[in-house]
Amino acid sequence: MSCSEKQEQIKKTIAGICSEFNDDPNELIAILHKAQGHYGFLPKEVQSAIAERIGVPASKVYGIVTFYSYFTMEPKGKYPISICMGTACYVQGAEKVLQEFESRLEVKNGQTTADGKFSINTLRCIGACGLAPVVMIGDKVYGNVKPEEVKKIISEYK
Amino acid sequence: MKSKQIKIALRNCGHIDPERIEDYISYDGYAALGRCLFEDTPSSVTDKIKQSGLRGRGGGGFPTGKKWELCAASVSDKKYVICNADEGDPGAFMDRSVLEGDPHSVLEAMAICGYCIGADEGYIYIRAEYPLAIKRLKIAIAQAEEAGLLGDRIMGSDFSFKIRLKYGAGAFVCGEETALIKSMEGNRGEPIMKPPYPAQKGYMGKPTNVNNVETFANVAAILNRGAEWFSSIGTEGSKGTKVFALAGKVKNVGLVEVPMGTTLRELIYEIGGGIKSGKKFKAVQSGGPSGGCLTEKHLDTPIDYESLKAAGSMMGSGGMIVMDEDDCMVAVAKFYLEFIVEESCGKCVPCREGNKVLYNILDKITHGKGELSDLDKLKNFGNIIKSTSLCGLGQTAPNPVLSTLDNFYDEYYDHVVNKKCAAKQCRSLITYRIIEENCVGCGACKRVCPAEAISGELKQKHLIDQETCIKCGACIKKCRFNAIVVE
Repeated sequence: MSCSEKQEQIKKTIAGICSEFNDDPNELIAILHKAQGHYGFLPKEVQSAIAERIGVPASKVYGIVTFYSYFTMEPKGKYPISICMGTACYVQGAEKVLQEFESRLEVKNGQTTADGKFSINTLRCIGACGLAPVVMIGDKVYGNVKPEEVKKIISEYK
Repeated sequence: MKSKQIKIALRNCGHIDPERIEDYISYDGYAALGRCLFEDTPSSVTDKIKQSGLRGRGGGGFPTGKKWELCAASVSDKKYVICNADEGDPGAFMDRSVLEGDPHSVLEAMAICGYCIGADEGYIYIRAEYPLAIKRLKIAIAQAEEAGLLGDRIMGSDFSFKIRLKYGAGAFVCGEETALIKSMEGNRGEPIMKPPYPAQKGYMGKPTNVNNVETFANVAAILNRGAEWFSSIGTEGSKGTKVFALAGKVKNVGLVEVPMGTTLRELIYEIGGGIKSGKKFKAVQSGGPSGGCLTEKHLDTPIDYESLKAAGSMMGSGGMIVMDEDDCMVAVAKFYLEFIVEESCGKCVPCREGNKVLYNILDKITHGKGELSDLDKLKNFGNIIKSTSLCGLGQTAPNPVLSTLDNFYDEYYDHVVNKKCAAKQCRSLITYRIIEENCVGCGACKRVCPAEAISGELKQKHLIDQETCIKCGACIKKCRFNAIVVE
């Protein structure tokens, strides 16, 4: 597929999403949620298609995508690993768990492994403080995680 | 764990099926709304909320009835009720529990608020990270509309009220009401100067009343059981109960709802069961990144808005993190500042730049490069940021630093002058050493060391090379002979 064809297809999909919200610029955040749900992330092309469709500058869309931590411009791994860095998890040693994931997968927080399998992210509290420290892989929650268990957890997805 | 608790905001959580409106109705659900619509006037309902003494549970503690009155007094053809469910305070999850366990109590209260201030539309601004709460709210709204308890001409009266959801996208500053409104309008969540207050000019430029989830969860209970009943619970200035998310180094973690005026000691030792694994209590942090760390000497402080503030912390939204002797207070302050630096919206200079300066100084101290003059700098910059920032986030951001400086000055001093971290958390300030007398030369530590920093032949004394040691602590966990110490 050529580049312009791809761009045409993105425009079509985005037009569909935006029209659900009447192309209303006040609904920009809701539109971005929906677009990220569809593509998994919000690359430049998607952002400019949205900007054009609802009639706001691309800079405004970019400003919003980068302001809110929920939006990402990087594709996530097949198994996104989210490590909670809320205070309860922090005092129970979440930092060491993060370091263990980083060194075992050889990527830093915010990055995706070269094979696209794993990505590491930190979260600010998922409200499971009783299970601290908490790690989520996809929708699965792991509680009371110790650095020693990281190897075993990763092997579940290999 | 239960004896000291009184459940008002959490009254139905766990007792009803949140996906069945019949369950909520059988526990007096929507009865308060019905009485408001048919037997009461907006101003008299507002008066009852005022008399109850209910104050905002999101952090600020502004009297709820007064807030409604101000918004009711604004003249406009359109007004809005907003429920702030953007619970971004790390370590707090009471709002999520209410929304997941008793969503109708929030919907009913929003409708009552709409009746009082003259609004026909409400929004719940909820974190996208709470998918179950979103699902339950959607079900609850649909069921209430179906039953005629929300929507056009509620229960056949002249009052109409619709509720919609708006999703947040992960920005702590959006808990601040003007930032929240900006975000709802599809913008970056940057706060604006007050006045005008949202009660005069809020969402879409119209008068808007913003309350937090827990605040709303109290409303129907107050109207059902009476303002006098509610105001009989709590202290002089703080009425009712408060839900706390008790977490950290206590034996019993979880949500608790206690009357205002309960002491920190009762909360931590009687309800929380004391400190885990026989360690010594060191500090309790309340109010999240805007709050402060209190110590042993504050344990008999009653929990209410004024007392916590006077002690150097704040009520906040209800996170309560207990720390023990293994927690380094300088590192904890740094942890909060890292959060603030990331979450500052960047609009005003004191918050954007000032907190970065505080963070860098703390980082320097935890790496053993601090000087005594840095402690004065922390205090000076902290006070400047507090007095010159635009919104509540910046005005409270230095609190974790200032309160730990006040209460744990010796620990800071130890870090900068003696280059020691008593809690053994700051890697640059600790060393791992093998005690020769205890070492049997089994080689377990040598095999596990990821940096190959340990040398020694089998059955000979081993040695850690301090230059190569990355201080990960793997060796100490492996050693079965207590032959490795951290100093």
